[in-house]
Amino acid sequence: MKWLKDFITDFGWPRIIIALFLMALFIAAPFVGVKLGPSFTDVFNRFGQNAVMVLALVPMVQAGCGLNFGLPVGIVAGLLGALITMQIGLTGFTGFVVSIVFTVFFGSLFGWFYAALLNRVKGEEMTISMYIGFSIVMLFSILWLVLPFTKPTLVMGYAGEGLRRSISLENYWRHVLNDNALTIQIGSVIFPTGLILFVALCAFFMFIFMRTKTGTAMTAVGSNPDYARASGVSINKMRTSATIISTIFGGIGILVYQQSFGFVQVYDAPLFMAFPAISALLIGGASVNKASIVNVIIGTLLFQGMLTMTPSVINSMLQTDMSEVIRIIVSNGMIIYALTRKTKVAK
Amino acid sequence: MSEPLLSLKNISKEFYGNRVLEDVSFTINKGEIIGLVGENGAGKTTLMRILFGMPVIAETGGFGGTIELEGTPVVFTSPFDALDAGIGMVHQEFSLIPGFTATENITLNRESLKRNFMCDIFGERMSILDRAAMHNRAQAAIERLGVKIDPETLVSEMPVGHKQFTEIAREIDRKQVKLLVLDEPTAVLTESEAEILLASIRNLAAQGISVIFISHRLAEVTSVADKIVVLRDGKVVKETPAKNVTIRDVAGWMVGRDVKIESHERTPVENRVYLSVQNLWVDMPGETVRSVSFDVNKGEIFGIGGLTGQGKLGIPNGIMGLFPAGGKVLLDDKELPLNNARAVLEAGLAFVSEDRRGVGLLLDESLDWNIAFTAMQIKNQFLTSILNLFSLRDAKGMTKLAQEYIQALEIRCTGVKQKAKELSGGNQQKVCLAKAFALEPKLLFVSEPTRGIDVGAKTIVLDTLRRYNKEYGMTIVMVSSELEELRAICHRIAIVDEGRIAGILPYSAAIEEFGYLMSGSAKEGGAA
Amino acid sequence: MKSKEMTGKKIINFLSDNIVTIVFLVIAIIAIPFSKLSAQYIITNLVDRFARSAFLVFALILPILAGMGINFAMVLGATAGQIGLIFAIDHRIMGIQGLIYAALIGIPIAILLGWFSGLVLNKARGREMVTGFILGYFMDGIYQFFGLYLMGWIIPLSTAAVRQVRGYGVRNTLGLEPVRGALDKLINIPIKIGTFSLNLPLGTFIVITLLGLFVVWFRKTKLGQDMRAVGQDQVVANAAGINVDRTRILAIIISTILACLGQIIFLQNMGNMFTYTSQRQAGFFAAAAILVGGASVTHAKIINVIVGVILVHLLYITMPLAGKEIFASAMIGQYMSDFINYGIISLSLVLYAWRNRRNAELARASLRGAPEGGK
Repeated sequence: MKWLKDFITDFGWPRIIIALFLMALFIAAPFVGVKLGPSFTDVFNRFGQNAVMVLALVPMVQAGCGLNFGLPVGIVAGLLGALITMQIGLTGFTGFVVSIVFTVFFGSLFGWFYAALLNRVKGEEMTISMYIGFSIVMLFSILWLVLPFTKPTLVMGYAGEGLRRSISLENYWRHVLNDNALTIQIGSVIFPTGLILFVALCAFFMFIFMRTKTGTAMTAVGSNPDYARASGVSINKMRTSATIISTIFGGIGILVYQQSFGFVQVYDAPLFMAFPAISALLIGGASVNKASIVNVIIGTLLFQGMLTMTPSVINSMLQTDMSEVIRIIVSNGMIIYALTRKTKVAK
Repeated sequence: MSEPLLSLKNISKEFYGNRVLEDVSFTINKGEIIGLVGENGAGKTTLMRILFGMPVIAETGGFGGTIELEGTPVVFTSPFDALDAGIGMVHQEFSLIPGFTATENITLNRESLKRNFMCDIFGERMSILDRAAMHNRAQAAIERLGVKIDPETLVSEMPVGHKQFTEIAREIDRKQVKLLVLDEPTAVLTESEAEILLASIRNLAAQGISVIFISHRLAEVTSVADKIVVLRDGKVVKETPAKNVTIRDVAGWMVGRDVKIESHERTPVENRVYLSVQNLWVDMPGETVRSVSFDVNKGEIFGIGGLTGQGKLGIPNGIMGLFPAGGKVLLDDKELPLNNARAVLEAGLAFVSEDRRGVGLLLDESLDWNIAFTAMQIKNQFLTSILNLFSLRDAKGMTKLAQEYIQALEIRCTGVKQKAKELSGGNQQKVCLAKAFALEPKLLFVSEPTRGIDVGAKTIVLDTLRRYNKEYGMTIVMVSSELEELRAICHRIAIVDEGRIAGILPYSAAIEEFGYLMSGSAKEGGAA
Repeated sequence: MKSKEMTGKKIINFLSDNIVTIVFLVIAIIAIPFSKLSAQYIITNLVDRFARSAFLVFALILPILAGMGINFAMVLGATAGQIGLIFAIDHRIMGIQGLIYAALIGIPIAILLGWFSGLVLNKARGREMVTGFILGYFMDGIYQFFGLYLMGWIIPLSTAAVRQVRGYGVRNTLGLEPVRGALDKLINIPIKIGTFSLNLPLGTFIVITLLGLFVVWFRKTKLGQDMRAVGQDQVVANAAGINVDRTRILAIIISTILACLGQIIFLQNMGNMFTYTSQRQAGFFAAAAILVGGASVTHAKIINVIVGVILVHLLYITMPLAGKEIFASAMIGQYMSDFINYGIISLSLVLYAWRNRRNAELARASLRGAPEGGK
């Protein structure tokens, strides 16, 4: 029994409860008339849609910067990339790739400034990053109104200027990853191979990066900054690289999200996008200073699985939509759980 | 004379089978000043912890013997019990609130209060502070010390000396303080401030308060104390009236040991200065180095000793770029950049830190990471290039390296993938050594290599250092609180006192000489 | 020469200590003429809004005193106040009695929630602010579960105007007509000087003044002193026998109670309540106001509250119109004031963290460098 106890303390009660809850939902689904096939399709799609943004959090956690509540910094870089590409008029797969290129550029730029700031406020990163995220979203809300976008599909019809609140990607690159030649259908389950492959590619890149000399040093910084410093590693440099990578991946993450969702949402839409990503990572077993790609995959599957299954199953059972309430309690409860765990507070 | 204020009778204490106090007995009379001296690890701290009923004592199995206060046996279960009984303590570090005035600090949590109707509903904490009464109490306490401090000064704006007085004033503000324990009260003071403090202590004693005065500055001890108690290895080796006792006598009692050191042969040393340290200062909290100069020859094992807090640990930490430092350090006649950990490592220095768990190890990572990481970062080893584009961790190479060292240093573990935090202290220390050796350093700093590890591991660690010195001609600078261990393997030993070198002696010098250098009396001998 | 240097330094210190307030003041001064609003309009609005929200901001003072930073978890208190109001409306208790009824229901809930958040924050030492923030969101979930599902199902709701159309749960928007302005108009003094007229909500101002006096008095109590000690150094306070954990929890409980009362005052002025979102705005506004008023994560005074509330509201009043005037778009003004709000909180947190690190280094400066000659 000792191993079981160890496993539970190691894995944490909240995660076990969520996993059991999800399992119960899947078991209950057929009995309340929810078809499993479309549910699985949904879970796969939503997994792919969100996984890259969750992945984006890993390097900063590993480098000891804590949970990146400032993910919107990357998200606006992604928005900027997508919108510029659309303004130029590139569509389809080309458009998607070009928007990634722009995103990488803006992501590096914003990430660098963001990192420079965070390096000066060690110990308070999380609160500050949250407000930096909020600030940049509002700053860009102003910019969305004044930047010289002119494409009719982008701007508000009557005024002829200022971006629409949500811009359809239908004629650009909607479902370019979800829906292509690679997509496999087994029975009623549609497997978005392209999307999952892209996520796998991103994860593989992260996997490789964390195994380079820099990635190794980054992990050491997060694990024990004093050890890393005594080994000649510059903590600030590592944190800067981690923040830039995280910001770039946040941007790519929103691109993947949008192509699956079908719309580019601007203004205050990205305000709270960091929170579900953070919850997912934590549900996957990460802590405030340790995260792995496995955490990302497990966490995104569990969290998105829960988000998919609760509305359909619970609604059928109770005839009422409690999914929103469950989502709020689970995701924020998970973050509080992680924040109150005893960990070495980074210097 | 009437019955003593406090008598300690046959106090003994074991920590995990390690006897740290044995049969300690002495008495303190009313108004008497006891000078308590001893090396680090002699048992002073443990004795005071027992006296104050620190929870750590009970948690580790309690203690033997009895404490009698004014003839009645007492058992304190928490420091607050001791305070209530009239025993106060002033610690080495300030425990004052910087944003509070002297008055507020002196009366902290014992403020004079005026009750009001809210107290009946919500309890005593709703009382209003009686600032005037608090001021008067603070004033009175400060006056008893015979110094002049405005009680309304903020502590953050006080000179260090005044902080120390404020702290003592806080203890004597207690209504019935009978005994005051002062732990290194003069450590942070200038000489003139220390003079004033000693006068205050005499003043307090004249008012009938007994004092236990702990200090390494033997000149102060011999001048202020009525009686001197010398602890060594957990035993009282001397209890004597302070009259006619010289500093050299006390130093001798402190360090003198009957055990014979094994005299290992030393490897011959090249007569060539390899490491030259000139006017080094280091800002390491608690181990400040003021100005230190010394030379180490090629192939030498150079020891640095001294009491805790005097700055010996600051020397390697400063040179290795871990704390802000200044001055000049030359390795093989080339100047080393300071405040740059990477450059120093690249120049061929390596460091085994005294803070094994804090700095030395990645506790949550496996042994191969721990051993290979520094070499990877500094020497670009254990990386495999992929298509010349980028290079990845060479897990195989890391494993192989770790296995080699596990064998060479007899590290007891389940394998290279075991996490560092799961090893015993001794084996962790060997991992730290392996990490340093993996850099193939030209010069190795080891700091407190045997602290907190068992005897078997101690021998292996020291033998390993000796072997690397002999077989590879590695120059080693070893910092340790254990004089015996320094004398056992070093060629020469420098003693650091108050941030300066008090003197450098060959290992064969008489032990009393070392003790004298530690006593704070040989300041002029430094910087040789 | 030296005194000139000293005053120069003093001025620089003053500027750098109050940079956040000054930046905000400058923005507001620029915005006022552009908004083209009359002094009459601005002042009457300002008085009204000050009365509305000053109480809420007071809730943040004690946790700052106790070293716990900005208590973003004050949202829990605001929630308690809203629950009280829901019951007051549902039980059809009108006027000032309604507000008192709401407070009597809200305070015990606030104590419970404050105790809970105190416990959580004690477990999250060093990260109190971010944890408090998330705690607010977490409580949103519990509150929604309570308000949308339990109310009207397990806990009876008797008034149809409170119930959702489906038969259970509290409506998303709740009209507070029965208690609207109950405190503001309790003692209402119309002031008229020439064309200038102003309704002074004296009842509310008296309550705010009493609260201010309470804070002044509280600082002088033993508990207040203990909070200051805990806020400055937990280790020393603990060694002196102060129960650190308990003191911190008390600070949070009092803060939560004040937030509860503050939210009731705020909503009686507004006259309606967005049942599931109003509480969140309370937390966001209060944090911005106290920081704009010149408080930092470790220092807060009553004057900071007053200055902050006035400045933030000045921005709220003028910015949308000024934005319309300057950028020909009211939306820009709206986003601009949101950006300034978030930005100013970031700026003040960053400056604080930054200054802290610098001061820590300055404090050790005397230990650096080789001393001249011997000792």
